[in-house]
Amino acid sequence: MSAPADAPVAATAPTRPVRDRADKLRQLKLVVTFGLVTALVLWMALSIDDPNVLYLNAPLPDKDHQPEAFNGLRLVWIALVICAAALVAAVANVIPRNAWSAVIFGAVGLAFYMAFTIWYYADQTGVVESWIVNPLPSTLKYCPPLVLGALAGVICERAGVINIAIEAQLLMGAFFGWVIAAMAYSNGAGLVAAALAGVVVALVLGLFSLRYHVDQVVVGVVLIALALGLTTFLKGQIPTPEENKDLSTLLSDSPDPLAPIEIPGLSSIPVIGRALFNQSILVYIALLAPFVVWFLLYQTRWGLRVRAVGEHPKAADTVGIRVNRVRWQAITLGGALAGLGGAFFTVGSSTTFNDNASNGQGFMALAAVIMGRWHPVGATMAALFFALTAAMKDDFGLVTKVPSQLIAVAPYLATLIAVAGFVGRVRPPAADGEPYVKD
Amino acid sequence: MQLQIQGLTRRFGDFVANDAIDLTIEPGEIHCLLGENGAGKSTLMNMLYGLLEPSDGQILLDGEPVTFTSPKDAINAGIGMVHQHFMLVPVFTVAENVMLGREGGPVLNRGAAARKVRELSERYGLHVDPKARVEDIPVGVQQRVEILKALANDAKILILDEPTAVLTPQEIDELMEIMRQLKARGTSIIFITHKLREVKAVGDRISVIRRGKLVGTAEPTASEAELAEMMVGRAVKLTVDKDAPHVGAPVLEVRNLTIIDPRGHEVVKNVSLEARAGEVLGIAGVQGNGQTELIKSLLGLVRPSAGEVMLDGDEITRLGPRRTLEAGIGYIPEDRSHDGYVAEFSVRENLVLDLYRSDEFSSGPALKLAAIEANADHRIEEFDIRTTSRETPVGSLSGGNQQKVVVAREFSRPLKVLIASQPTRGVDVGSIEFIHKRIIAERDKGTAVIIISTELDEIFALSDRIAVMYDGRVVDTVSPDIQREEIGLLMAGGTKDAGTNQGGAA
Amino acid sequence: MSGKRRFRLDGKWVDSVLTTVAAIFLALFIGAVLIALSNEDVVDSMGYFFVYPWDFFSRSFDVVGQSYGKLISASLGSGDALANTLNRSAPLICAGLGVSLAFRSGLFNIGAQGQIILGTLAASYVGFTWDLPGPILLLASVAAGILAGAFWGAIAGFLKAVAGAHEVISTIMLNQVAALGVLAYALSEMKAFQKPGDTLGLPQSPPVPDKAAFPELFGVHLGVVLALVAAAIVWWLLNRSTLGFELRSVGSNPEASRTAGMSTAKVFILTMAIAGALSGLAACMFINGDQASNNESLVGSVGFDAITVALLGRGTPLGSVLAGFLFGALAVGGGAMQTTDAGTAPEVVQVIQSLIVLFVAAPAAVRWLVRQRRKEPTSTFAAKGVTP
Repeated sequence: MSAPADAPVAATAPTRPVRDRADKLRQLKLVVTFGLVTALVLWMALSIDDPNVLYLNAPLPDKDHQPEAFNGLRLVWIALVICAAALVAAVANVIPRNAWSAVIFGAVGLAFYMAFTIWYYADQTGVVESWIVNPLPSTLKYCPPLVLGALAGVICERAGVINIAIEAQLLMGAFFGWVIAAMAYSNGAGLVAAALAGVVVALVLGLFSLRYHVDQVVVGVVLIALALGLTTFLKGQIPTPEENKDLSTLLSDSPDPLAPIEIPGLSSIPVIGRALFNQSILVYIALLAPFVVWFLLYQTRWGLRVRAVGEHPKAADTVGIRVNRVRWQAITLGGALAGLGGAFFTVGSSTTFNDNASNGQGFMALAAVIMGRWHPVGATMAALFFALTAAMKDDFGLVTKVPSQLIAVAPYLATLIAVAGFVGRVRPPAADGEPYVKD
Repeated sequence: MQLQIQGLTRRFGDFVANDAIDLTIEPGEIHCLLGENGAGKSTLMNMLYGLLEPSDGQILLDGEPVTFTSPKDAINAGIGMVHQHFMLVPVFTVAENVMLGREGGPVLNRGAAARKVRELSERYGLHVDPKARVEDIPVGVQQRVEILKALANDAKILILDEPTAVLTPQEIDELMEIMRQLKARGTSIIFITHKLREVKAVGDRISVIRRGKLVGTAEPTASEAELAEMMVGRAVKLTVDKDAPHVGAPVLEVRNLTIIDPRGHEVVKNVSLEARAGEVLGIAGVQGNGQTELIKSLLGLVRPSAGEVMLDGDEITRLGPRRTLEAGIGYIPEDRSHDGYVAEFSVRENLVLDLYRSDEFSSGPALKLAAIEANADHRIEEFDIRTTSRETPVGSLSGGNQQKVVVAREFSRPLKVLIASQPTRGVDVGSIEFIHKRIIAERDKGTAVIIISTELDEIFALSDRIAVMYDGRVVDTVSPDIQREEIGLLMAGGTKDAGTNQGGAA
Repeated sequence: MSGKRRFRLDGKWVDSVLTTVAAIFLALFIGAVLIALSNEDVVDSMGYFFVYPWDFFSRSFDVVGQSYGKLISASLGSGDALANTLNRSAPLICAGLGVSLAFRSGLFNIGAQGQIILGTLAASYVGFTWDLPGPILLLASVAAGILAGAFWGAIAGFLKAVAGAHEVISTIMLNQVAALGVLAYALSEMKAFQKPGDTLGLPQSPPVPDKAAFPELFGVHLGVVLALVAAAIVWWLLNRSTLGFELRSVGSNPEASRTAGMSTAKVFILTMAIAGALSGLAACMFINGDQASNNESLVGSVGFDAITVALLGRGTPLGSVLAGFLFGALAVGGGAMQTTDAGTAPEVVQVIQSLIVLFVAAPAAVRWLVRQRRKEPTSTFAAKGVTP
């Protein structure tokens, strides 16, 4: 709605710099979002009566670690300053358009998280007072399916193949990881089997989408339904221990789930030590994978070719790159990663397989791919955010200051807001989802 | 290296795209391949480059028969190609594009690649920055990157497929200079074009292709008329019959229009224009100088950041496409398959694509099927649209007939302004004449007509007044009596008056 | 994900019927292999396959025959069975129509699940709290279900139209919000949704009273008729209305549609609202049709099955009806297979369903390629000129 009065001015001063509408809209969105966050944090700061909250830097209290009280209100005020600073920056329209904006978003998000946690645990009315636990260890514990699934998505889509079937790969990985781990009585064998199961899903995806040019989203959706039906059906065929008298012990006995491997010294670093250096092998893999994938995609010949076939397959073809071969390689690697991520649900955390074990995490990984703008580091960050909210759901269960359902849907609402507000029209790889047909 | 083509044939089903073509390219010559759109030039080159397999015939290099199953084979044999639509990955840097396919090791060495680009670029005077992202550099420079890619592969034979379509006259001169340099260093060049002037300027020999057949070889001394006749198969009328215009009042006025594209670039800068009743206003300019965005904003498809558009004195800047069309603007888009028709829709449906809301074709929420069918039969006859039936999907018609569908639709309602962007691109000669006639007839009915074209011939043939765009500005508005050279200079950012010429060589 | 995605769901009739039938048989064959291999007797007979192979075949044949025989007789074999199947098909048809409609406008609506959940909540809330005379209460309850579904669908359309949010992502998120947020909250925190005297077990709502239930005839409830009417309306909408013209045009070529003055925003929002309304109608099949109690697992996976129904039905209303009926029959019959001596697990049906869709999609692609090749002469000829 530019005022008509502007027009004559423009006519007389033609060199006046013109502001882009998209730029104005972006500023408006930023101001509204940061404004709301700031207002909310301010309200939380004002509504806290007793500034003392309990904090425990250990999974459970023992003789060395007891919950300690500290003044949380100060942290809330710090959070408020951070949010207000971001708001001022947005009003002044100085929020950069590059990767720094992600840093600012991260800072505001963390500040809000901090303020919310303290507000949530402050002024408790229950008989036993709950304490804040360090969210990092459980965040990272939960992260393998999300991070590895998201990386699988990034690799596939960078090569121009939409991989909706991450969910199917997680599920198949979880199931076959569990079966093979039990049959071989070896978690290592289970992990390998999980990766292979993910690859099998990828091969079916490739067969139908690369070979027969079936719409990739359609194949992905069907594969999810197929994986769900197949794993549930097969699970039903495995005799329970009671039924298993004469069939000896094919599957009655699973090895214990992967144990945390403590890295001496490093694991006692405060705050992050236990999170980063006392985890299972699967978590270590998930933490290293983003760097490996980044290196592969951006520093190697293979990665250059993968990105080329995802952006402009014909250009790659004209310099002698076999487009579909590269795409096959990419989806195979992606399948292995996602399958491995699926192993978390069985080998990584349990001795049984529950029907629909992945329970929508593959969809969250898909969302992470888009929120992370098809970049391995961005996707990993988004995946870690989802893992954080999953950890929150567990940790926050004992206090009921807000309905538990609100915390349960927080990641989904956050994704909606992010996708609608700020990630909106991002640019996927140009040839994403397009089968390559020579003319 | 000598390249011989013997009896090369390519069929697509029953259609013969190349019919037993014989051709010899001598070492160090610039061999021009002349032909209309769709004559089969690109098919021939795609076979030479391993992108298509020949149905019959063979290719010989220095007398040895070779078969190319993929571009890799052709590259290894010393053939390089600069495609009409650039084969560059837009989000990659120049160096990454040049190294793609010949990375020289599993881990990228970007430093070495950049050095190689810089070295080649200096040797041939190409002036390319290896670290620039391809999508950020001008089209002319992108083309030089394509040439660099071929040179980096030690190409002995370089195929240039319609390289001048996207260049300013000055850039074309630079390209020809580069071609002469390459020739001096022993590289053979196959230069594909349909522009006679260029062929005569740079070619050593000229081969003409028509409807998939080699119709003959000529010397550059042949006259343009002779070449044109060989190319089209009959004497060509290069002008359009028209009377002097009866110019009326301004109908469409554009005032101080500025547009910023989604990437934040100012693509149209403070443009003012007026189109008058009964007159054809041509907008000339090299592709990508803001014409597309300007036209889209006239239609309401792109919201300008400043300025206004007036139709008969009423502001229409923010009406949006629907009400703009209803206000009496007709639009023939530059890329018909993208913006002009729905390929899966039938001819019948496409003929009412922007008319179905009118009372003639709908009542309330329901379509009037009978009226739509009658309209289709009527237009198919009036515009001589060659289709098997009105239910045929438009995507399966030929380019000329697809364009006729679009033209027929836009001419089937009363217009105040007609905006036609590249109205005859990729259209056969017969349809070109037909469409040009209809446009002039529309002008003579008192409609204000705006023609946007990158083909100067078309601009000169139709326009009563020519506005030249460069870098988002209208640099000047001139009469069609102007000399070609002068307009060429304007298109490159210079001014008519040489004394104030500032950026001519940009 | 690319916005350029096109769903090629237009049908060449004879071809598509043939491939669909072939796909169904192929999927049933693989299902038969699974059934045989999951049977102990058959597995035993494999131990001496090379000594006495006939045993293996006869037992396999027996087991598969029993299972598939039951599948058919339980779903189609009697009046009751057919009525069961029809009732079970109704929600699949409605939700499948919603997904199909969205397909045709180029939108991939994964959100039927969430839209159905919202529909069940609204329809049941109105049904058991409002005090209205019989038919009016039924009408109000159904209208509430439809409106709630439309609202939830329109959110995704709105986010797409206004902010460019990809509908696959937003509908997935809306599904989760509906299930884990709205439904869970209603069941655990809202008094109206807690069945009186039911303190044990899963939280669940009371069913709607009889006066808010669809009337039945021969065991088939009115909802089945509504589903067929909905299919007819969708057909008219797609093929005979201006909105359908816009919808298909936007689905095939959004840029050309915008250039022709259509509002893609309007099409996205309206399409998703109508798709959501159809899912809301599907919800009424549970609430007003089966008079089911609302609980966590009431909707099951109908919202996702709707996607496979739409894919199998190739985005056409008639196709959705047939596919919905097929999947309804498979669901009813599949459950009964367990009661035979063979004791086949019902999950095999889900495998069969997804295989059918996969096989239908694959030959479609092959056929599509063949069609392209036939077209090639003209298109190559034309394509050259068609602009960069």
